[in-house]
Amino acid sequence: MTLIRPRQKITQADWAAYMQKRAAVSHEPSLKRFFTTPPPSLDTPIAEVPMVALDMETTGLDERRHAIVSIGLVPFTLGRIKLAERRYWVVKPPRPLDEKSITFHHITHSEIANAPDLEAITDTLLDAIAGRIVVVHFRHIERPFLDAAIKARRGEGVMFPVIDTMSLEARIYRQKLWARFRRWLGRPPVSIRLDASRRRYGLPSYQGHHALVDALATAELFQAQIATHYEPSTPLGALWS
Amino acid sequence: MDVELLEVRQHMGQFPPFDRLPDALLDEIASRIEVSYFKTGSDILTLNETMTDLCYIRSGAVEVYRRQGELYNRLGEGDIFGHFSLLRDQKVHFPARAIEDTLIYFIPGDVFKQLCDDDDDFADFVELERPRLETAAEQQKKSNDMMVTRIRKLVTRYPVMVEETTTVQKAAEQVSLAQASAVLVLKEGSTHPRFSFQDSEGHTWQVCGILTDSDFRTRVVAEGLSPQTPVGEVVSPRLISVQSDASIYEAMLTMLRNNVHHLPVLYRQRPMGVVHLSDIIRYETHSGLYLVSNIFNQSSVEGLARLAPDVRAAFVRMVQEGANSHMVGSALSTIGRSFTRRLLELAEESLGPPPVPYCFMVNGSMARNEQSIVTDQDNALILSDDFVPDEHDAYFKALATFVSDGLDACGYTYCKGDVMATNTQWRQPLSVWKSYFTDWIANPTPERLLHSSIFFDLDSLYGEDVFVEALQDLIAEQAPQSPLFLAAMARNALNRTPPLGFFRTFVMEKDGKHNNSINLKRRGTAPMVDLIRVHALACGSKAQNTFQRLDAIADTQLLASGVSDKLSYAFEFMCMSRLRHQVIDLEEERVPDNNIEPENVADSERHTLKDAFQVLSNAQKFLKFRYPVPAHRAGR
Repeated sequence: MTLIRPRQKITQADWAAYMQKRAAVSHEPSLKRFFTTPPPSLDTPIAEVPMVALDMETTGLDERRHAIVSIGLVPFTLGRIKLAERRYWVVKPPRPLDEKSITFHHITHSEIANAPDLEAITDTLLDAIAGRIVVVHFRHIERPFLDAAIKARRGEGVMFPVIDTMSLEARIYRQKLWARFRRWLGRPPVSIRLDASRRRYGLPSYQGHHALVDALATAELFQAQIATHYEPSTPLGALWS
Repeated sequence: MDVELLEVRQHMGQFPPFDRLPDALLDEIASRIEVSYFKTGSDILTLNETMTDLCYIRSGAVEVYRRQGELYNRLGEGDIFGHFSLLRDQKVHFPARAIEDTLIYFIPGDVFKQLCDDDDDFADFVELERPRLETAAEQQKKSNDMMVTRIRKLVTRYPVMVEETTTVQKAAEQVSLAQASAVLVLKEGSTHPRFSFQDSEGHTWQVCGILTDSDFRTRVVAEGLSPQTPVGEVVSPRLISVQSDASIYEAMLTMLRNNVHHLPVLYRQRPMGVVHLSDIIRYETHSGLYLVSNIFNQSSVEGLARLAPDVRAAFVRMVQEGANSHMVGSALSTIGRSFTRRLLELAEESLGPPPVPYCFMVNGSMARNEQSIVTDQDNALILSDDFVPDEHDAYFKALATFVSDGLDACGYTYCKGDVMATNTQWRQPLSVWKSYFTDWIANPTPERLLHSSIFFDLDSLYGEDVFVEALQDLIAEQAPQSPLFLAAMARNALNRTPPLGFFRTFVMEKDGKHNNSINLKRRGTAPMVDLIRVHALACGSKAQNTFQRLDAIADTQLLASGVSDKLSYAFEFMCMSRLRHQVIDLEEERVPDNNIEPENVADSERHTLKDAFQVLSNAQKFLKFRYPVPAHRAGR
């Protein structure tokens, strides 16, 4: 996590207006379709919000230098995570992987070499997340990588609201008075990584780093966070960013 | 296979019933599940809501309740619930709540249905108690059929039979002609009802004995008798026989016990054939069983006591070779009886012949032929009514003491309740015993019967069998007529109840409390024996063995159809669990006991045991309802 640079502020104050504006100016049919299917409004109770957990495996942490290798997603609601509707793709980065040293979990280099370019799945991917709130653990990967990748291929990027389970975890465990007291005592901060966060809710530990398994893990974590710290009636606006 | 589903299917693949599913089916399930998280205390299923999915606990813990809110089960990782309602009408009958933070995998109803259709093991697992218990019990039964196959199967032809007036030469000729090796000797009329029968023309005959090849040699030729001697004069007056429905195993033990090689097989009193030891050995040889003949070769208590390790070894081998509880129980009882019988023979050798006839009676598990390796001695003496205490009791006291001490030395510890012939109270003439039983039946209170119920399992071991038969007749006649007695026995049968099941490494009680181990005798097999005894007494059965009692009960309308089968499967399974855990104890060089520790209980055994506990629990509820305290004594 040492490579994280300060980024432009991408949180939109008014997602509905933003999506509407993009829909009006977009020339790309799939993107137009994406922006004309906006996610629920910010006052919708979270129990009624259709969501999709998204996770990617990338060659690095910088979307300008690195590329997507795999994408996993699972549509879900507060009540149910629907494994039957899961999607998982391995995609070939535009430049060949010169660094053979990079190892991916569950993916072989030949699998990557034989995979399609992201272009081939872009439409399906956008349709799968359209109208849903994307839920990720650590929002500075999936959204910027997807934005950059689609901008490179279609000339226009994508931007959409996300719920970040890591930010929620930080809000709960790092910004409370108790957390500040711990810091004052010199105790290390509570870990907010995916697996550590899940353990706090009694969730089983998974063999991590597979994009789909991590997407599933993220969806479960979000259900647990809501069940523990929020209400089914909590408005979406209180959770997204 | 989708590698991304590995997480899901690997987990499910560890737990029954999924552990037996083929990979392709597991993948299909994993790809269709839906996941949901439940905070501690939140409802997973609420009563009467529509349900469409089977629930699988991925992590956490869940409590399932009955309609009235009574705890039904506590479940943990890898357990399933909701199948009962799903099979019935897709409405929640047993609400469920998370008692820890819990992650549930929902398996859609159509996948569940397909699994039930495609996979018999899976269907057996989810279709409630009976089938699972049945399969488990049946699987145990198949293994060693020498103990369940009836001796009549080895009878291939009618016996050679001659009248007692026939000459030995003629008899020998008939034996040779038939290529047999023994002949049964009959006489007309009846002096001994046990061996009397009528032929097709209405003549009454009595089997007075058997003459074998070796008898012709030792009793006729070696004695220099004339070939014209009537067989009635040389035949042995002592007839050892076996009923046609006895198991091959029992027949073999009878031979070994009495040191005979030929055994007439009787259907009721009618001879239907003769089996020879070689017939049985041809059928199957089983070295462990020769232990019994070894017992009879011992001439001292010390010698007998040295055989105790052999008993344990035979026990372990039998359980490991897959004998069912009936086989193990009757084998161990036979061994126990042989020890006792041999001790009685030794006692009579040193004390001289008894001054008056007597019967050595056994009670409890030995009478039921259900002994395990952990057992104490329960016995009594029934003396002839000619008994005069001042003259004769010294003899019988010495006899009882010799046997009781000997049994203790052989590993059959003294009875804690003092149900032993050494106790004057239990060393009495037949008339006194009759008055004991009449009094227990006529004036019962649960308190009085608590200590005497052991006498309602009774069998003769040695001596005058008719004494015990007289008591069995008395019980069979009086017990069904006494609702008060049955009610008192029923109340005592409810004193010990089964636990709810297992949860992780604990035993779950009905009130939700946990224990580290469970005494499977006290909490399972013994209450079951008590319960079945009450029904057997009510229907006037003279059977002592629990399975035979169940057969007798099944012939009446006492229980709803199928219930006695259920009880039988549940009993068999609990007995086997207990035996298996005793084997574990012996293998780990611990003193075997009746406790089982949940960590030694395999997953499938847990589920089946829980079903068995449930069957017992239901049967206890019915018992209370079936034998109420009669109104004129209870209320006013």
